[in-house]
Amino acid sequence: MALLEIRNLRVAFPTAGGLMTAVDGIDLHVDQGEVLAIVGESGSGKSVSMLAVMGLLPPEARVEADVMRFDGQDLRVIPARARRRIIGKDVSMIFQDPISSLNPSFTVGFQLTEVLRHHLGLSRRAARDRAVELLTAVGIPDPAGRLTTYPHQMSGGQCQRVMIASAIACNPRLLIADEPTTALDVTIQKQILDLLSDLQIRTGMGLIMITHDMGVVAETADRVMVQYMGRKIEEADVLSLFSTPAQPYTRALLAALPENATGTRLPTVGAMAKQEAGHGR
Amino acid sequence: MAADPILLAENLVRDYHGGSLLTGRKVTRALKGVSFRLDRGRTLAIVGESGCGKSTLARILTMIDPQTSGRLTIAGEDVDIARARPGRSLRRKVQIVFQNPYASLNPRQKIGDALTEQLYLNTDDSAAQRRDKAAAMLERVGLSPDHARRFPHMLSGGQRQRVAIARALMVRPEILVLDEPVSALDLSVQAQVLNLLRDLQDELGLSYAFISHDLSVVRYLADTVMVMNAGEVVESGPRDAVFGDPQHAYTRRLFAATPSADVAAIRARLARRSA
Ligand SMILES: Nc1ncnc2c1ncn2[C@@H]1O[C@H](COP(=O)(O)OP(=O)(O)OP(=O)(O)O)[C@@H](O)[C@H]1O
Ligand SMILES: Nc1ncnc2c1ncn2[C@@H]1O[C@H](COP(=O)(O)OP(=O)(O)OP(=O)(O)O)[C@@H](O)[C@H]1O
Ligand SMILES: [Mg+2]
Ligand SMILES: [Mg+2]
Repeated sequence: MALLEIRNLRVAFPTAGGLMTAVDGIDLHVDQGEVLAIVGESGSGKSVSMLAVMGLLPPEARVEADVMRFDGQDLRVIPARARRRIIGKDVSMIFQDPISSLNPSFTVGFQLTEVLRHHLGLSRRAARDRAVELLTAVGIPDPAGRLTTYPHQMSGGQCQRVMIASAIACNPRLLIADEPTTALDVTIQKQILDLLSDLQIRTGMGLIMITHDMGVVAETADRVMVQYMGRKIEEADVLSLFSTPAQPYTRALLAALPENATGTRLPTVGAMAKQEAGHGR
Repeated sequence: MAADPILLAENLVRDYHGGSLLTGRKVTRALKGVSFRLDRGRTLAIVGESGCGKSTLARILTMIDPQTSGRLTIAGEDVDIARARPGRSLRRKVQIVFQNPYASLNPRQKIGDALTEQLYLNTDDSAAQRRDKAAAMLERVGLSPDHARRFPHMLSGGQRQRVAIARALMVRPEILVLDEPVSALDLSVQAQVLNLLRDLQDELGLSYAFISHDLSVVRYLADTVMVMNAGEVVESGPRDAVFGDPQHAYTRRLFAATPSADVAAIRARLARRSA
């Protein structure tokens, strides 16, 4: 049974120019122990669709879906109290903006131990030990010393790693990671990706990885979903996607890797997709 | 072309006084004597491990924070903001695109106002001119004039990052310090922004100090590369030299860890997993 199942998700926002459709009928499922990567154009609704699952969109957002189920429970009708038990514990999310998801007025240690005490009922002492363990796992130097620092006293990548530590603190069954390694250099990115796959193998966690880095997709995903203007335009297992991409947009995405760049200008996906669409189909 | 340094750093040191009443005062030396030069019209890429001091350096170069010691010269002027406030024209010359586009945009200010404000403060343009310039700049970074009416929270991560870049460019700076400007962008937008940065450099002779951990981006844009580790410069030189023959162990590790997107590597990983 799918851990998370979504059918025909639609999200729209009222804007000055009228109702704007951000997500236009997305189907998605992820199983236990599976890694689903979501890639796609900036503004194509990747973050918005996952925030809809978490119930974290602003109140003016119009969210509709035919199915939205986590572990058999209907997230559309679930009472707020039951949702709070699931969200943050069984389902957690690494947000695209790690720095503003940390509370600037509390120390890193306090924020981590709060999560552990609240969701897992750990004692102060046990929570502190676990917090140090988590900071070590995400590669923060001097983890015990770091417990007393505030977010603004840390670098961008350190904040992002604290956010990751907090998202995996309660061994979630589903982790939604929205561009989790953008602020990290490749050596630490590798450590984080290894940590996530280790967790996923050990605990059977399902993982949804939103990323624009095709290298990260290649190194982590089982299945890949490509989104474009609020729609899913392609879905395939990772090997097929890279070896035989079906859509012009996907092909353009692979060709736009700066490492594939020839000459002095990078091909832009828009230009290439248009060009291809003109020729083929 | 005779080399013309627009930015010169000699032995820059930066200490943070952290800690609290409980833990006592604690000094973190985030920069331990950093020296480099940036020539006019050129791009210096700064790479290095998370926490090695890149953003700290960026804040000093853009006159947001003072150096603890060391010498900084921008466009021929000695700068030490702890001693003397830099003039307005000098400030305008150096703009920054922050690592975190969320925190750098005022949540209560519409995008259009964030852009025109820069012109209002720094030029004599009329309101209509300001609006036109803002709309044109939004288009150059791949957004539409319609985005001007939105608040930051109504934009996706990549859209916000492009607004931050547009805002920095509004006042026609001479030096742009970019702190991971494209790391949150998908490849199509990334290519568009990188092309834009190149075009502007050709048109206006802009100089870039470009912080990035993405080596393929660095290779595309940089003339010189500087590698930092724990507050120190451990390697620097022309791009091709650093890429062709990395000297420092950290630089080599960086190259080795870059994920590969080729099909053989994917096959190997899947085989390992099912084993
Ligand atoms: N509160 C809001 N009001 C109006 N429009 C919004 C709001 N939040 C998001 N949007 C719009 O919805 C669309 C989808 O946004 P989303 O954040 O999901 O994009 P994304 O695919 O995550 O892009 P990125 O890769 O840039 O992060 C965008 O066009 C964005 O401008
Ligand atoms: N306000 C502060 N008070 C105390 N320490 C700080 C402060 N700001 C940064 N630091 C520390 O200084 C060091 C350098 O931080 P900096 O933000 O310059 O790193 P960075 O190279 O930009 O890293 P990243 O790639 O993760 O963004 C880090 O160890 C950080 O914890
Ligand atoms: Mg997003
Ligand atoms: Mg930084």
